[in-house]
Amino acid sequence: MDLIILKTDLLFLLVLAGVVGYMFIVLRDDNLTSTWKKVFQRPLAASAALIFTFYILIAALDSIHFKLTALDTVGSGEILSVLDLVLWDVKGNVEKTYSAPLAYRSFSKENLQLENGKIVRDYPRLLYGGAHLIDPEKNHHSDLSRLIVMGLMLGVALWLGASGVLLVLLKFLGGANVARVIIKGESIYPFRSILLTLGLVFLLVGLFISLSPHYHLLGTDKVGNDVLYQGIKSIRTGVLIGTLTTIVILPFALFLGICAGYFRGWVDDLVQFLYTTLSSIPGVLLIAASALMLEVYMAKHADTYSSLVVRADVRLLALCLILGVTAWTGLCRYLRAETLKLREMDYVNAAKAFGTPARTILARHVTPNVMHIVMIAIVLDFSGLVLAEAALTYIDIGVDQSTESWGNMINGARLELAREPVVWWSLLTAFLFMLVLVLAANIFADAVRDAFDPRIKDR
Amino acid sequence: MLIYILRRFLYAIPILLTVNVLTFILFFVVNSPDDMARLHLGHKHVTQESIEKWKASRGYDKPLLWNIDEDGLTKAKKTIFYDHTVKLFFFEFGQSDSGRDIGFDITQRMWPSLAIAVPVLLIGLMVTLTLALIISFFRATYIDTFGVVICVVMMSVSGLFYIIGGQYLAGKLLRLVPISGYEEGLISIKFVILPVIIGVLSGLGSSTRWYRTIFLEEINKDYVRTARAKGLSDAMVMYSHVLRNALIPILTGVVVVLPSLFLGSLITEAFFGIPGLGSYTIEAIQSQDFAIVRSMVFLGSVLYILGLILTDISYTVADPRVRLN
Repeated sequence: MDLIILKTDLLFLLVLAGVVGYMFIVLRDDNLTSTWKKVFQRPLAASAALIFTFYILIAALDSIHFKLTALDTVGSGEILSVLDLVLWDVKGNVEKTYSAPLAYRSFSKENLQLENGKIVRDYPRLLYGGAHLIDPEKNHHSDLSRLIVMGLMLGVALWLGASGVLLVLLKFLGGANVARVIIKGESIYPFRSILLTLGLVFLLVGLFISLSPHYHLLGTDKVGNDVLYQGIKSIRTGVLIGTLTTIVILPFALFLGICAGYFRGWVDDLVQFLYTTLSSIPGVLLIAASALMLEVYMAKHADTYSSLVVRADVRLLALCLILGVTAWTGLCRYLRAETLKLREMDYVNAAKAFGTPARTILARHVTPNVMHIVMIAIVLDFSGLVLAEAALTYIDIGVDQSTESWGNMINGARLELAREPVVWWSLLTAFLFMLVLVLAANIFADAVRDAFDPRIKDR
Repeated sequence: MLIYILRRFLYAIPILLTVNVLTFILFFVVNSPDDMARLHLGHKHVTQESIEKWKASRGYDKPLLWNIDEDGLTKAKKTIFYDHTVKLFFFEFGQSDSGRDIGFDITQRMWPSLAIAVPVLLIGLMVTLTLALIISFFRATYIDTFGVVICVVMMSVSGLFYIIGGQYLAGKLLRLVPISGYEEGLISIKFVILPVIIGVLSGLGSSTRWYRTIFLEEINKDYVRTARAKGLSDAMVMYSHVLRNALIPILTGVVVVLPSLFLGSLITEAFFGIPGLGSYTIEAIQSQDFAIVRSMVFLGSVLYILGLILTDISYTVADPRVRLN
């Protein structure tokens, strides 16, 4: 195995490192600590943050890639991620074509040869789904219920383990009657809802562990790939677009917005002109034009972008870049307005009177005081970006077709609604995965905004 | 005010010029016309001859910025920059890469776009404002909480699912309306009604919540207390005082999109097979027609700037305290 670091991997891991760094800053700063405390003291926000963390975790696992070499027993030359190893069975169990969730037979009829040589039209058995059943018509339901019960039990066991660890930890940190306080919902942090969310997650994980080796939990798609696997793989694309775009936005918006607000004069004019111009081009059209040009560029440099994975990776990165270019203007405007207010503040004037150079004033006195706006913008933008990916991919200016993404899943499954009976599971999977992520992001963003926005604090 | 508007129009010129230079750089400098030709003709086995022919037929065979073979003014005129960028200023869109007249196509295709976008905007505005008024009327009750929860859930669902679900429900299960296509005249209502309903629904969550915050901000102000102290009914206060004073932030969001309604919605039109400007753009993207995409980018920014100016004017109408100068 050779480790391979794709560009987006590197950037995403950098973002994660940045988040960890920010946590240390928060812990050292009393003001920030108390603000973030306020966020996590909200039961809904804490649950949302937990779910969000799971998504990030999966995206991180999926962002460590390596290439299989001739030394490995299977799949030489294939580029895989750690997540692929975790989901190895699910990834490998490829059927011929559509199959419904938890089915043991294919979705469409085929000509089958019976033992006595006759040919009948019937639903063939699946290669992997329910392959262990000897008499499926009799055993299918009992086998399913057995596996489901086992999965639920496993989930409960995992959950009990995790909550036990948490309780012991809290007890150790000096809580009295920890369990009772939590169950009554009187703890400082909403441990009750965190534990409930955790329980839900563990139940799903348990079901996945017990069912997925034997069945396709959410069916298979047109070429027989497991739909659940696609849904999980798409998490990386969604999360990456939400986060990487932010790091494109931040430097532009922060630097230009603060400079425009602080220096006024021609700098201000220039920055204002720049963002008026960029925001005057409808975002979708700018993205479309850029996507077209990227296509041409990659066709020209076909040698550099020979590998499918690398190509898809560049497209993903380019999409983040161009989404960032279209999105930084809003934040820049807010930051400029806020800096205009800050530059008249007494402490800034005092710093000026002491002869502090402008860049120090900007770095020490202005930037920390606009960070709440940046924070709010980052979390508010996230959900919109995830949704934008699906829409853009649908009109073919989003991620590459070979990239697993919810947009591609929807795109591929859309026409199947016309089938009779309907193939609904791809859409449902994309729908659920997206809804959970975006809902969690929205709820978390609300809490962050309420905690950070001084106007709301006063009320 | 007239002078103000005139000045705003003058300000628009450098912005549009920059937009054009930007698209010019994007379309002709980052990738030369040769590259585009190659993409169009297929990547392999393309002779220089066929590339030249492709470029000549679309007017991409001239020099980019400066034609040294000509005299005087034509030095600047017989160039790609002049033909494909400067001419946009006079709304001469020229021919698409497949040889059609873009200007004509645009005048044809803007009507179906308008037939969907205008009702979506108007009905959507009425519905969301009413809902937001009701929710903020019942502020801090279960109705409020419930309404906000529904809004957040609704805005967390991708617009694609509203379209797919709506098409499935109305078209396939209930068989009420056709799910795709368009016809001129009165019969178009049959085709328009589903996209309009879905368009309104998909924007419902976020705008209702947004208007609710605006209303709540107004409700806490002194004039509301005064109005109530005068003995006005709650409904009266909401309707004629709060709504009136919340007009400015509402107008900010609404007027700016008015001119862009021509462009239609890319995704809705593509899904419903409506021959508007949105699907025109998508077809152009899919067939890699650079001329059309370029024209639409320019048209889009013109309409946006028009929207900004209209917004300013609408402020003076909505709030007599605002003076433009």
